[in-house]
Amino acid sequence: MDKIPNNRAWWLVLPVFLLVAFSALIPLMTVVNYSVQDIFGPGQAYFVGTEWFKEVLTDERLQDSLLRQFLFSSAVLLIQIPLGIGVALMMPKSGIKGSLCLILVAIPLLIPWNVVGTIWQIFARGDIGLFGWGINQLGVDYNYTGSTVDAWLTVLLMDVWHWTPLVALLCYSGLRAIPEAFYQAAEIDRASKWAVFRYIQLPRLKSVLIIAVLLRFMDSFMIYTEPFVLTGGGPGSSTTFLSQTLTTMAIGQFDLGRAAAFSLIYFLIVLLISWLFFTAITHADKEQ
Amino acid sequence: MKQARSKNVGITVFIILLLTPVYWLLNMSFKTNQEILGGLTMWPENFTLQNYVVIFTDPSWYNGYLNSMAYVTINVIITLLVALPAAYAFSRYKFLGDKHLFFWLLSNRMAPPAVFLLPFFQLYSSIGLFDTHIAVALAHCLFNVPLAVWILEGFMKGVPREYDEMAYIDGYSFPKFFVKVFLPMIRSGIGVTAFFAFMFSWVELLLARTLTSVDAQPIGAIMTRTIGASGIDWGVLAAAGVLTIIPGLLVIWFVRNHVAKGFALGRV
Repeated sequence: MDKIPNNRAWWLVLPVFLLVAFSALIPLMTVVNYSVQDIFGPGQAYFVGTEWFKEVLTDERLQDSLLRQFLFSSAVLLIQIPLGIGVALMMPKSGIKGSLCLILVAIPLLIPWNVVGTIWQIFARGDIGLFGWGINQLGVDYNYTGSTVDAWLTVLLMDVWHWTPLVALLCYSGLRAIPEAFYQAAEIDRASKWAVFRYIQLPRLKSVLIIAVLLRFMDSFMIYTEPFVLTGGGPGSSTTFLSQTLTTMAIGQFDLGRAAAFSLIYFLIVLLISWLFFTAITHADKEQ
Repeated sequence: MKQARSKNVGITVFIILLLTPVYWLLNMSFKTNQEILGGLTMWPENFTLQNYVVIFTDPSWYNGYLNSMAYVTINVIITLLVALPAAYAFSRYKFLGDKHLFFWLLSNRMAPPAVFLLPFFQLYSSIGLFDTHIAVALAHCLFNVPLAVWILEGFMKGVPREYDEMAYIDGYSFPKFFVKVFLPMIRSGIGVTAFFAFMFSWVELLLARTLTSVDAQPIGAIMTRTIGASGIDWGVLAAAGVLTIIPGLLVIWFVRNHVAKGFALGRV
């Protein structure tokens, strides 16, 4: 549809612009302001230039949590995207069974994030949780509050449980948009199931998959509440991800300058990687 | 047929695995603490509603739900009010800086909430909105408004512009056309948008907890208080968790037929 050039349309956009500017620009400017100052108290601030940035970039604790974050996000993408596609392929196409599946699969998405943490905190405990008890019963020594590996696996499993439904629902609605004629043509050609998936379903899913990958990357990169409730970042600092490091620094230690510099670097990393993903995928799209 | 059956088995197994943790929470919420700590039982042996009674009779508990509902409702209303005209403008008109504005809006969806924590805290404290519902509602607009504009724009693009023109010829003014003719046509879009705005505001805790202390404290923050002198009150904690899932279930039930389309646009 052709759009009419009309600058008066700004009046319609103005409320959104003002609202988002109020809740995004002002805070962002505050962060930039803090990041170049050393603040001791009200009225006692000194301009320190890029000192905080240098310090943050060489801080080992932050590098560690950045590395952990990357490991976690990669694992999340590698597991959830294929699993989500698989689930979407299995969901019934329509009718009451379709609606029912849709709602049941969506349940984890509707649970507040701290409750997701609570559910797994209970579920994975060796003494009162079905999961932890079951694993222990199988003869495996499992304790997510004591062992680093177990804590990691539990956080990862929790995230898979929590967010695979989103990937599945995105793919499911992408699949439903494929016209029936495509499948009929494939049947006439006696295409194998794999061929149908590879040459009909997968290309049609591309646009929703782009969104799924981007969303899962961004959100897993910002994860805070669930691991905070489940493990509190421990044991040690083995499940302390970037957001938690930042929150501790800003609210816990009130280390304003350092936290601000860290915030900006954090935001830039998310923007940069999202942009890289996006251009890589759309570029591959054009070449085909 | 064989293939269809294996698919059915697969999806059933997946859904059962998905619901097991929820079942366990529900199971625990009907048990007494002695039973919970006494050993594993698949079904509450001494079925009790005591945990729910605690929540519904203690104002410090049920106020948490009311607070959460209050800021989520305010947020959904603000989001829809500002996003509807903006989405209309983006779907119909070309104007100075429209594309840049659109991408800037969406980039806010990518900002880690932790980044905005401290500035939000200071901003809302300095204008005297700290610990109010409106502060949390405004803070959640940061990610909900861009999302709403994006979803609504997708739905509005599907309405041919001939409708707009016909309404003008019939003598409708713009506001009258917008409310009486246009909005009813994108009902399902508005429903889906409201659902997503509700959902993302309902599940968020980091900002909601930081911007409140007593009067507007969300249920998520209150739940951490079950850790008392005698250890964690598991039964009440489980019951509180169960109650947070119900509003989401109600809302998705109403939009179940439209929500697939919202996902199909890929705009979440």
